Amino acid sequence: MSELVLARLQFGSTTIFHFLFVPLSIGLVFMVAVMETMYVVKNQEVYKKMAKFWGHLFLINFAIGVVTGILQEFQFGMNWSEYSRFVGDVFGAPLAIEALLAFFMESTFLGIWIFGWDRLSKKVHLACIWLVSLGTVLSAFWILAANSFMQEPVGFVINNGRAEMNDLFALLTNPQLLVEFPHTIFGALATGAFFIGGVSTYKIMKKQEVHIFKKSFDIAMVVALIAGMGVAFSGHAQAKHLMESQPMKMAASEGLWEDSGDPAAWTMFALIDSENKENSFEIKIPYALSYLAYEKFKGEVPGMNTLQAQYEEKYGEGNYIPPVNTTFWSFRIMAGTGIAMIFAAALGLFYSFREKLDANRWFLKGMTVLIAFPFLANTAGWIMTEIGRQPWTVFGLMTTAASVSPNVSKGSLLFSLIIFTTMYAVLAGVLIYLFVKEIKKGADHDSVIGHSASVDPFDKEAYNL
Amino acid sequence: MIVLSELWFVLVAVLFIGFFFLEGFDFGVGMSVRLLARDDVERRIMINTIGPFWDANEVWLITAGGAIFAAFPHWYATMFSGYYIPFVFVLIALIGRGVAFEFRGKVDSRKWAKTWDWVIFFGSLLPPFLFGVLFSSILRGMPIDKNMNLSAGFSDFVNVYSVTGGITVTLLCLLHGALFLTLKTTSEIRKRARGFAGRLIWVVLASLTAFVSLSAFETDLFTVRGNITLPLVGLIVASYGLAVFFISKKRDGWSFAMTGAGIALTIGMIFTALFPRVMVSSIQSAYDLTVYNASSGDYSMKVMTIVAVSLLPFVIGYQIWSYYVFRKRVDEKDLTY
Ligand code: HDD
Ligand code: HEM
Ligand code: HEM
Repeated sequence: MSELVLARLQFGSTTIFHFLFVPLSIGLVFMVAVMETMYVVKNQEVYKKMAKFWGHLFLINFAIGVVTGILQEFQFGMNWSEYSRFVGDVFGAPLAIEALLAFFMESTFLGIWIFGWDRLSKKVHLACIWLVSLGTVLSAFWILAANSFMQEPVGFVINNGRAEMNDLFALLTNPQLLVEFPHTIFGALATGAFFIGGVSTYKIMKKQEVHIFKKSFDIAMVVALIAGMGVAFSGHAQAKHLMESQPMKMAASEGLWEDSGDPAAWTMFALIDSENKENSFEIKIPYALSYLAYEKFKGEVPGMNTLQAQYEEKYGEGNYIPPVNTTFWSFRIMAGTGIAMIFAAALGLFYSFREKLDANRWFLKGMTVLIAFPFLANTAGWIMTEIGRQPWTVFGLMTTAASVSPNVSKGSLLFSLIIFTTMYAVLAGVLIYLFVKEIKKGADHDSVIGHSASVDPFDKEAYNL
Repeated sequence: MIVLSELWFVLVAVLFIGFFFLEGFDFGVGMSVRLLARDDVERRIMINTIGPFWDANEVWLITAGGAIFAAFPHWYATMFSGYYIPFVFVLIALIGRGVAFEFRGKVDSRKWAKTWDWVIFFGSLLPPFLFGVLFSSILRGMPIDKNMNLSAGFSDFVNVYSVTGGITVTLLCLLHGALFLTLKTTSEIRKRARGFAGRLIWVVLASLTAFVSLSAFETDLFTVRGNITLPLVGLIVASYGLAVFFISKKRDGWSFAMTGAGIALTIGMIFTALFPRVMVSSIQSAYDLTVYNASSGDYSMKVMTIVAVSLLPFVIGYQIWSYYVFRKRVDEKDLTY
């Protein structure tokens, strides 16, 4: 394996891991804030219990989100030093602003929120959690501004062989950002909502603290439905935008080798042979791709072979086709789970409204399984976005092969890859263990930090208490 | 006229000083969890003294990293890729420590808590040590070639000087943390922490002396800007001298202030000696990275300056407020949330 492959493997696994926790943090904290607001407005203890219960799960998750984030920030310099030299000017600024504007806010007010239940007035305490929520959204905005620059470079000039920022405003109104930001945030809200939804149905099924979890379920399903629709609409806007900004990614996500013809049909299923650049089997829905790409039932979508020829003319010789199977299937996983989520949310609201929730055990079970869907969709979405951009790191400006650190050895990369993936496995295991434990304990108790004294008289610490 | 890249050098230095001052004491408290606490309740109390703060303190490091990326892309690229393995260990430590604070109390078992205590201990010990190694070896010079790439061998990272630097920074943090505990705890722990600090400070002074004397041979700490660095050394000695005095008089607030000043001055001294270089090349000085050849364009710098100058006061303001909210000492009655 080359340095490049190792660096990519390591970076890819790290970002994917970070982004398992990020959307759950963003989604959960928003809903915890909503619950605490209801507690302050309605003054009913049950909402406080809800806020605390989901808050505990949020905190466990947030901890991993934070520590994996530090890794993210250092990794650009560690693995992609050439890239960092080239774009640091444009790319570092949003990162630094994110830290100053968002991370300080998140971490400070979260600290106050955790330990401040009895020290602050209800309203000030509530304000703290809303500030944390605002912080997570701001942090998403700035990091996505940086990412959008890689998809669609704007607001820069090339100077001395480096990209230098010349228009911050352009960076912040990047058309790519305007579609990517809402899509990611809706995705995050959906993640939080289905997590709460699934855990709640589990507790309802077990007939534990049903009143608390029915209330939680209702809030979650309202958010889930809105977020589900939001994700679909904004995703559609992204697909439309892709036609202008990165048609190659679009063609790859459709497995479209030759031009589609007019009107374009959407491929639901295909067996793709990227060696010979052909598909041996396809199931197509007529007109649908034209609609996805242009919002009308006509219009042709260019294929990869056409685009490859165009890009060679523009950027010189090379292979500009990203891994097609990966791009194709990740898009289908995302969109498929997305549609399932919308139906599930609508059904959940319907049952709850009719008070038929307890009677439908298959639905309750299904919702628990559905917890996994947003995580699949988020991961698939990023894989499509990032892999579909290959061979570029910064579209049209810098290739991934040119981005890698020249001075980092294979040994170092392998070492860090093994160490970090091992840590991820351990962290994921511990997280799941703690989640299950907290969920089993339920909402009706205050978590004690630290634990009771040892009762084993032979333990040397037993007498110190 | 101020040159923006010089201003940003100062800002990065300020961010690191903030980091070592704040995270410095919570590293120290983290180490104390194994060194000073006698039982589980005490460990919990110690951890709770930094519970609301440690994450925000760590953001000073994240911001410093971001600021280097934005203002000095070459510095960022050279340092992080060149110090790849040390940073892997820093990250392992910070990851372990961060989750340990949250996970430790979640399971009612002594073994579980003990495991995470050790993670907290090493997670609090390694980063200051490695950052000490990092900064002292940067000052000493690393093999940076004409393309600004750093490919160093083991002895460039690890040598008598850099290890002394690492140990010194670790000890500074430990002392600072012990004194923080005297401010935030009651009775037994408080007394013990004070006694510990009173003994530790002599070790700190010895280590600092070794570090500063070695610097005279290994680096140009006193030759490039001796008229500033020498007085700084005087001030550092004075702060720790005063700290000895205040500890013996049981003036905990003042002792803590003095070790804080000592940390700030030590980091300040290293940055003063570096300027205008940000990384020193041991191959030849023409390959040094400086604030001039490693920096971003003017526009970026301007934008960043406006943002930083307008945001930093708020950040400092609400951080101070958070310390105000939790100004009370922590004791056995505060173990739940
Ligand atoms: C869409 C949102 C999003 C995306 C794409 C990323 N992050 Fe993230 N990050 C967050 C949203 C977020 C967050 C919601 O703000 C986190 C996650 C959970 C949390 O604890 O805060 C966070 C935490 C977090 C932290 C720790 C902050 C702290 O100590 O409080 C750092 C340093 C980063 N991230 C850096 C990055 C970098 C360099 C990324 C690019 C590869 C990245 N994140 C992708
Ligand atoms: C958090 C969600 C994200 C996920 C899951 C993700 C996923 C990935 C994956 C899988 C790769 C590897 C691509 C390959 O090797 O073929 C990659 C590459 C990369 N991504 Fe992302 N990404 C995310 C966000 C970001 C953001 C927000 C940025 C920038 C701010 C970013 C910058 C990069 C860079 C620099 C590379 C390396 C170059 C490359 O391989 O293309 N990523 N990402
Ligand atoms: C319902 C149909 C959906 C459609 C049509 C859709 C469409 C898209 C498209 C076209 C992209 C790539 C954008 C680019 O590369 O520039 C994308 C990315 C992404 N999608 Fe979706 N999506 C859908 C559902 C979902 C769902 C349900 C989730 C998560 C819960 C999700 C999460 C993401 C994420 C995290 C990304 C990467 C970030 C980004 O580029 O915005 N998507 N989506």
